[in-house]
Amino acid sequence: MKRTARYIIFYAALFGLWTLLAELKIWPPYLFPSPGGVAEALYSGFSDHTYWIAIRVSLQRVLIGYGISVVLGMILGLGVASNKFLEETVGGLLVSLQSLPSICWWPLALLWFGLNQNAILFVVIMGSLLSVTLAMEDGRKQMPKIFGQAGRNLGAKGFKLFWYVLLPASLPFIVSGLKQGWAFAWRSLITAEMLYLSLGLGQVLMMGRDLNDMSAVIAVMLLIIAIGYIVDGVVFKGMERHLQNKWGLTPAT
Amino acid sequence: MSTNAQTVSSAYPVPVDSRFPARGTRLDPVSVGLEDHGTSIQIPKVGLTNICLSYKTQAGERLLALDHINLQVHPGEFVCIVGPSGCGKSTLLHLIAGLHPQTSGQVLIDGTPVQGPGTDRIMIFQDHGLFPWLTVGENVEFGMKMKGIPKTERLEKMRYYLQLVHLAKFEKSYIHQLSGGMRQRVAIARALATEPDVLLMDEPFAALDAQTRDLLHDELERIWSDTGRTIIFVTHNVREAVRLGDRVVLLTFRPGRVKSEFPVELRRPRSLEDPEVALAARAVLDELRDETNRSLEAEYRNGIKPHVEPGVES
Repeated sequence: MKRTARYIIFYAALFGLWTLLAELKIWPPYLFPSPGGVAEALYSGFSDHTYWIAIRVSLQRVLIGYGISVVLGMILGLGVASNKFLEETVGGLLVSLQSLPSICWWPLALLWFGLNQNAILFVVIMGSLLSVTLAMEDGRKQMPKIFGQAGRNLGAKGFKLFWYVLLPASLPFIVSGLKQGWAFAWRSLITAEMLYLSLGLGQVLMMGRDLNDMSAVIAVMLLIIAIGYIVDGVVFKGMERHLQNKWGLTPAT
Repeated sequence: MSTNAQTVSSAYPVPVDSRFPARGTRLDPVSVGLEDHGTSIQIPKVGLTNICLSYKTQAGERLLALDHINLQVHPGEFVCIVGPSGCGKSTLLHLIAGLHPQTSGQVLIDGTPVQGPGTDRIMIFQDHGLFPWLTVGENVEFGMKMKGIPKTERLEKMRYYLQLVHLAKFEKSYIHQLSGGMRQRVAIARALATEPDVLLMDEPFAALDAQTRDLLHDELERIWSDTGRTIIFVTHNVREAVRLGDRVVLLTFRPGRVKSEFPVELRRPRSLEDPEVALAARAVLDELRDETNRSLEAEYRNGIKPHVEPGVES
């Protein structure tokens, strides 16, 4: 209860400050939009379906891109974790690549795939693949060996061993990596969408800039934050709680 | 086989007459010589011939872990392997399970060489190796699922084996909700559910408290005599070995060799507190002591734990 109260007070204060600054009109409204203006932008954006379409398009893209990242990343991570040679070569390369913002791939992606959705997907994949791969590699190493032994002993091999034993056994160790991968995927997507007429949230945000409509810009920023937060809070928190219940791990508070 | 085999059968060591199996229907391992001249030579359930295992230590030197192990285990026999830590007794089980290849020699099951893991030999680990993401019931079903047995049959068998270890009520529980003893019983049920011929037990009760362990000894003895499985049981606890085994095999400290074998012909059911068990254990302990001393010496000399066994995993 106390925690909820603190949240409410904090956000109410923040909102109050924003309203106050906007009311004082220190800056003109087109530089510093008021809460009312943002609410209006949100309302009109949703009622003429622009935002709904943008959200649907962006979510679809991020799901495809992130999904591909997860599958590829798990395969890559497992490979790197189970082979000394790959670990020393590919593993090192992956770590160094992680310092590269994924949007740096944009020029190449444009050349390779053309000015279309695939170029965006490529940037999203490059943004999240590394996190997933490194998480899987780490998870595979941290996972107690006994699970693999017991699985093989009970007749699991090949894909069955991976699907029924290695994957579930490493999940608690990779869930934070999966979460990080999701965050990178979402960010990369918005960045890429901002660079190209693409119907997604990123483009709607840039449209606000082009029309000098800062209320709309802030409205879309709020949407981007909200979606990122909801996926994190619902999907990943739920997954973590589920794992904690099954494994009997104490929740990290 | 070892030449200095001893027999411990009662308060006074009496040599076993190999022509007459000492008790019941179970074949006395020593009697499976070739005296019957031909008609019914029994193929051992598990045959180890000249098993050697060496591996590279981190320092780069080759270490011989197992040295020409020869052992025959007969169908339905309960064999216990004892030895000081570092003698490679757990590793030997991994080899039999096919989880790790030996350097040379052969593991034979019913006379056929082992090629990798198989559900005819199921291992029970000290830290049970149950899957925490599955319920108790799903754990027991796991091996059958891998075999492709249909769901209804799986459920039926799963319930049967959970009943056998007195855990029927815990079908829907998760592993972390069970006590140590219950976990080992689930592991036993999971192993039995794949209907293996051989159970390989790697110090399964070492981490349990004394009362729980006693109980599980009784249960294991009962399950063994009900199901007629062959059991190879590794332990460092000589009393436990004598209490459970038809035969106790003593391994030497690094490299692991079969030092001696002790047939145990005490009446069942036995108990850890039986004076006969204590007495029989003493004979084994006397021989084990030399090996333990060597193991401790090595530990002091190197300043490292002696049981650095090879990384047994894919």
